[in-house]
Amino acid sequence: MRHKVDGVLATFGGSPKPRSKRRNALRRELTAWSFVLPSLIGLGIFVYGSLVYSMYISFTGWDLLTPPKWVGLANYARAFRDPNFIQCLGNTVYFVVAIVPLGIILAMAMAIALNKERPGFKFFRGAFYMPSITSTVAIGMVWLWIFNPDQGVFNTILQFFGVADPPRWLESVKWAKPALSIMRIWQVSGYYMIMYLTGLQNIPKDLYEAAEIDGATKWQQIKNITVPLLANTTVFATIMLTIEAFNIFEAVYVMTEGRPGGTTNTILYYIYTQAFERYRMGYASAMAWILFAILFVVTLVQFNTRRKREEIGY
Amino acid sequence: MKRKARVSTVILYVILIFLAIMMIYPFVWSVTASFKTSRQIYGGNPLDLIPRPFTLNNYKRVLELLPFGRFLLNSMLLATVVPVISIVLASMAAYAFARLEFRGRDVIFMLLLGVMMLPGHVTLIPRYALMIKLGWVNRYIALIIPAVFSASLVFKIFFMRQHFLSIPRDLEEAALIDGCSQWGVWRNIMMPNSKPALAALAIIGFKTEWNSFLWPNIVINDFMKMPIQVGLTYLQSNAQSSWDILMAGTTIAIVPVILIFICFQQYFMAGSLTSGMGGR
Repeated sequence: MRHKVDGVLATFGGSPKPRSKRRNALRRELTAWSFVLPSLIGLGIFVYGSLVYSMYISFTGWDLLTPPKWVGLANYARAFRDPNFIQCLGNTVYFVVAIVPLGIILAMAMAIALNKERPGFKFFRGAFYMPSITSTVAIGMVWLWIFNPDQGVFNTILQFFGVADPPRWLESVKWAKPALSIMRIWQVSGYYMIMYLTGLQNIPKDLYEAAEIDGATKWQQIKNITVPLLANTTVFATIMLTIEAFNIFEAVYVMTEGRPGGTTNTILYYIYTQAFERYRMGYASAMAWILFAILFVVTLVQFNTRRKREEIGY
Repeated sequence: MKRKARVSTVILYVILIFLAIMMIYPFVWSVTASFKTSRQIYGGNPLDLIPRPFTLNNYKRVLELLPFGRFLLNSMLLATVVPVISIVLASMAAYAFARLEFRGRDVIFMLLLGVMMLPGHVTLIPRYALMIKLGWVNRYIALIIPAVFSASLVFKIFFMRQHFLSIPRDLEEAALIDGCSQWGVWRNIMMPNSKPALAALAIIGFKTEWNSFLWPNIVINDFMKMPIQVGLTYLQSNAQSSWDILMAGTTIAIVPVILIFICFQQYFMAGSLTSGMGGR
């Protein structure tokens, strides 16, 4: 269509000569580039250039003050011998395993429950979504108080119900990870609820009408129609939430700083402390790439699981 | 049958109200505690939400401890300038990807999409090294330029391209025949026809920048240029465990986004799906 218009313009302009045609083509090309270049230059430096630079740094020993020294793969090898890194890896996997399934189930349940227009539902949707738009730093401090073992809300309620010796939450080796997971699930599930509400819009209503005629209960309808037809949303949401759970940082920074005894230290927090408190830029970059590689593999696996399921028709 | 339906509706509402209380309680607690005396916070029942007596003393002490007014100003600046620049740049690029032809267009577009899922942590250290080399540490420009050129710019380009593709071509073709330039089409036809999409991006961008912490925390340690989330962590270490003061600080850091959320809820929901990463 555009070509046609250009052709018309060319005829009106009365310039049949090939040279001016070429000049016109060049001008069009230049105009297009003027639209994209500002973004491309910036992204080229701050994203693509940074990626290459980061790769280089990961092969060096560098404290920012003295010139970087090439060390080859030593930083990568070091990570796998570093008990702190291994512990962080384990902690991070714990958070992923705790947060992703529960977050997804809660988000899906909230979306299915609220996928109608009834009095008050708009308010509920807004209320459930609100935690995901607030800063983790600020709300993390509030949760620090909620988890306070002596005066916090959780333990006040538990004591009210007769629990004589409630957990010490963030201070306890056993309960610090569950506490942080609860806080994160609370914070992110509303965002994924919105994702599911959008997914629910795409399910044809007549499927439910047909199921109702066949005498299916509400529960059967959810199990056999809603959940399977939301599979695409679930894959997308799972991938996003997995990436997010792998990258826990702010909650740890504000609430625990990795304590007690490193039980809440995550990979990203460890990278941060190694880079910006100990100035081990090479080692921190190597760990950043290891984290990236893990995320890449996990995402690929999640995509492929979905594809295989599609092939068998689910 | 009807009675059963009514019972299940009641159960549904009970569950929803319970969940809503859980979701909102931390906000309500933070706001109400910021008006309580420390005696009530430490001695009183945490479920008692009414400040007695009501006091503004906590806010006064926050302002005495740290320049919170300045923090707010810096965050306002960050949360408006960064989205505006990145939305303009993104919609320019999106127009070219949607409507113009140039060599390598599709390859470049695929290359861009490749970084959409890229977690920011990989570029953190090289970016910081770059800031040192450029002498940008502790300057506003370090808060703005790297924040503009991140994976979220690619999200915005993608989102705006999809939107531009949905605008009928008739309008622009008429304008082009009338002698309007491509820049004119972008400015006078594409942008005015994309107001809801642009608003959604602006509001999500405001929220993202208002809440951003990791990068500002690394490049800024001068109180005069510090955004509020970073300032809040300084309050946390200054006030130790004075929860009365800290809750006034968190309330200041949370409330602006909540107010914007209440005013522009529909844009939030529309835009949240484009921002990725839990809207963080």
